[in-house]
Amino acid sequence: MLDLINVNYDTLIPNNVGLSSDRRVLKALEKWHPGYINWWHDMGPNGFQESLAYLRTAVSVDSKGWAKFDYVKMPEYRWGVLLAPAVEDRRIPCGEHFGDLAWQEVPGEYRAMLRRLIVIQGDTEPASVEQQRFLGKTAPSLYDMRNLFQVNVEEGRHLWAMVYLLQKYFGKDGREESDELLRRQSGSEEAPRMLGAFNEETPDWLSFFMFTYFTDRDGKMQLEALAQSGFDPLSRTTRFMLTEEAHHMFVGETGVGRIVQRTCEAMTEAGIEDPYDIEAVRALGVIDLPTVQKKLNLHYSLSLDLFGSEISTNAANAFTAGIKGRFQETKIEDDHKLVGATYPVLKLIDGEAKLIDEPALSAINMRLRDDYTNDAAGGVNRWNKIIQKAGVAFELALPHVAFHRQIGEFLNAEATPDGRILNAEEWNAQKGQWLPNTADGDFIASLMQPQWEAGKYANWISPPKVGIDNKPGEFEYVKIYDA
Amino acid sequence: MTSPTKQHLIDPEICIRCNTCEETCPQDAVTHNDDNYVVIADKCNYCMDCISPCPTGAIDNWRVVTEPYAIESQFEWDELPQQESFGTNGDQGSSAVVEAFDDEIIQLLEEAHQGVGGHSVAPRSASKPSVNLFNRSKPAIARVQGNFRLTQEGTETDVRHIILDIGDQAFPVVEGQSVGIIPPGLDANGKPAKARLYSIACPRDGEKPNANNIALTVKREPNGRCSNYVCDLAKGDEVELTGPYGATFLMPDDPTANIIMICTGTGSAPFRGFTMRRQRTAPQAEGHLVLYFGARTPEELPYFGPLKRIPKSVMTQRLVFSRIKDQPKRHVQDQMRQDADWLSSYIASERTYIYVCGLKGMEEGVDAALAEICESAGLDWPSQRALMRREGRLHLETY
Repeated sequence: MLDLINVNYDTLIPNNVGLSSDRRVLKALEKWHPGYINWWHDMGPNGFQESLAYLRTAVSVDSKGWAKFDYVKMPEYRWGVLLAPAVEDRRIPCGEHFGDLAWQEVPGEYRAMLRRLIVIQGDTEPASVEQQRFLGKTAPSLYDMRNLFQVNVEEGRHLWAMVYLLQKYFGKDGREESDELLRRQSGSEEAPRMLGAFNEETPDWLSFFMFTYFTDRDGKMQLEALAQSGFDPLSRTTRFMLTEEAHHMFVGETGVGRIVQRTCEAMTEAGIEDPYDIEAVRALGVIDLPTVQKKLNLHYSLSLDLFGSEISTNAANAFTAGIKGRFQETKIEDDHKLVGATYPVLKLIDGEAKLIDEPALSAINMRLRDDYTNDAAGGVNRWNKIIQKAGVAFELALPHVAFHRQIGEFLNAEATPDGRILNAEEWNAQKGQWLPNTADGDFIASLMQPQWEAGKYANWISPPKVGIDNKPGEFEYVKIYDA
Repeated sequence: MTSPTKQHLIDPEICIRCNTCEETCPQDAVTHNDDNYVVIADKCNYCMDCISPCPTGAIDNWRVVTEPYAIESQFEWDELPQQESFGTNGDQGSSAVVEAFDDEIIQLLEEAHQGVGGHSVAPRSASKPSVNLFNRSKPAIARVQGNFRLTQEGTETDVRHIILDIGDQAFPVVEGQSVGIIPPGLDANGKPAKARLYSIACPRDGEKPNANNIALTVKREPNGRCSNYVCDLAKGDEVELTGPYGATFLMPDDPTANIIMICTGTGSAPFRGFTMRRQRTAPQAEGHLVLYFGARTPEELPYFGPLKRIPKSVMTQRLVFSRIKDQPKRHVQDQMRQDADWLSSYIASERTYIYVCGLKGMEEGVDAALAEICESAGLDWPSQRALMRREGRLHLETY
């Protein structure tokens, strides 16, 4: 057990921010830490706190130190505070301060705006741990269980990363916000998490993979935008978080890919050619491709909502202030101020989705969302390659951005996945074809039987092509402790 | 003909296009288009910085090629091309692991590993080694940091601990691998002098953690051109290194593994690496280390002093001497027989790995001792030996 009274914080928290010589912040983190550990015990992976998971821990940011693999009990994971190395002479890459030296301290006039951005980002990190806390019990393999726990501990580390910024740069407000991050809970009535998608349930492993593919990818894009911040500590923090975020993308992409692969294999073995013969495919104990498409529709549309309104003054202000840039801001060739520039925004005009040129500054969210869609489309293509290779006539596709939206231009637009706008009656009659219904959920739930034997996989998912840390197939990724 | 080189490639079927490698690469050797992430062959210097950050393992792919794949063709790939076949491994077929690409070195390694009685197989959990990053035509240049005599002055045996600084070149090694040293000049026939292989005697992260250096254990042979050259090196001298070589005589990366190390003389070099690696990464490891180490006298046993400082809880040491005055000659196999009771239970365990390193002459005696020990415990050594070899748990490197 972790000794909470005599913890040596300097060795406990791997860091490259000189914590040992920063008494004030070290003390603040010491004060916050027991609450975090309590939160982890209460809201972290349920039933596995004593198990040994083969996890990677970042102990420094260079290539040698950032992926140390070993067995660890999750509550004893070394959550560190790690910032990507400072770039010498880094300049503010966008907005009205474009070209000035990046800020090492919070500029007074943007203090509230910055704090809000950090808190929103920070709030998503523990939220997903909470959403995923019961999944360990139904893990389709020890490999997948380990990947889940890796995602969980790194989301925990990302919370630390944001809390460090709050404690270091925002004084009393920062301390209070840090405590609030542990108080709010996903799905709670009285104190829910700040963003909608983070209050949804993650009831099964297909949802988990879709979540890590689509929703964590929103996280990736937000981190990419914050990595362009003129506030250098935020930029450096998020840049390092992105290296970890890549693992989460990996879990989602290969998770869905392995499900698709297994379904295609089972269909081929059984001689089923029609992917829409759902009953026959389900009888094989695998998830039919139309249901995979429905789950995709759901998670993609929920994730699009996370980008906020297409036209947003807040987003324009953050860009102009230089505290949040665009995806790969420094690689874009323009004035980085967007003076007089326009950007095509998809809008609902007379019952139709149309591209309208809007001032590029107000359309910052739209642009990031477009970059997100491009990024998300790549993996969908690779899933289709698996289906194609297996010779099954089916293609997965991202639904139209108007489909199933709760925020922005297409709020309640009743659009089909290919973008046709229906009336409410038509929509209600057909939505079961596009979104998972109770029967779909029950079927998937029926497959969620744990497979905890090392090297074995549940029937509905293929084994991975390569093990984690190059480990062989039968490697025991989690040594389960039976309480 | 161009000699084969090793090309670093990314598996497009596993890669998720996360951009981490491109972001990480200090050489800007990784680039991408809309489809694939690829490595530019002539920019990659095998520094391996991209390997551990890759979340998928897609980055850790290698092909031996005579003509490197251009990025244009890599952009087109849906999957990696098969490894084209090279005749260098003789009739060993596709099951043989690539330990090196230079015929000269392959031959040396094949001879060294002969005693195992079949293809050598790496332990399943062993780290993936890099091989042949540097060769005769493109050697790495190392600078001598130190040259220390390990055996007492006045004894016949002159064994040296040589520390080589690799500077800012990327020369990634793992414990158990060897490097080649080519002595300068021509031999008696006017041909370039033959390369010699030396086992690395330190862990992968260097003689000191994170120093880009390696240590070698070299014995001066009376007429050995290379060994005399190496033993005479002075601090600051430059040495041409090739390799690294070897892809099977590697330690398991598993703290629960028991490792039995049997050696004489400079055969201790790889085991020094194994032991230091275990101490650095898993000092509380569940698995146990056992060392059988034979020499003529304590004064002639390399690393005698440092060995005494390793706690018994980490390693059981059996130092055996054959030339102590007024005492009967003893060899490692004699001591093994004495330990039959507990040694047999280690041999029976599927978590145990046996390594033998030293002079060819020791092979037979050690094998016979193992057979006897097994018999006393009701185990059949020939079948146990075959099983252990197939599972990568039995390794011989003798010369």
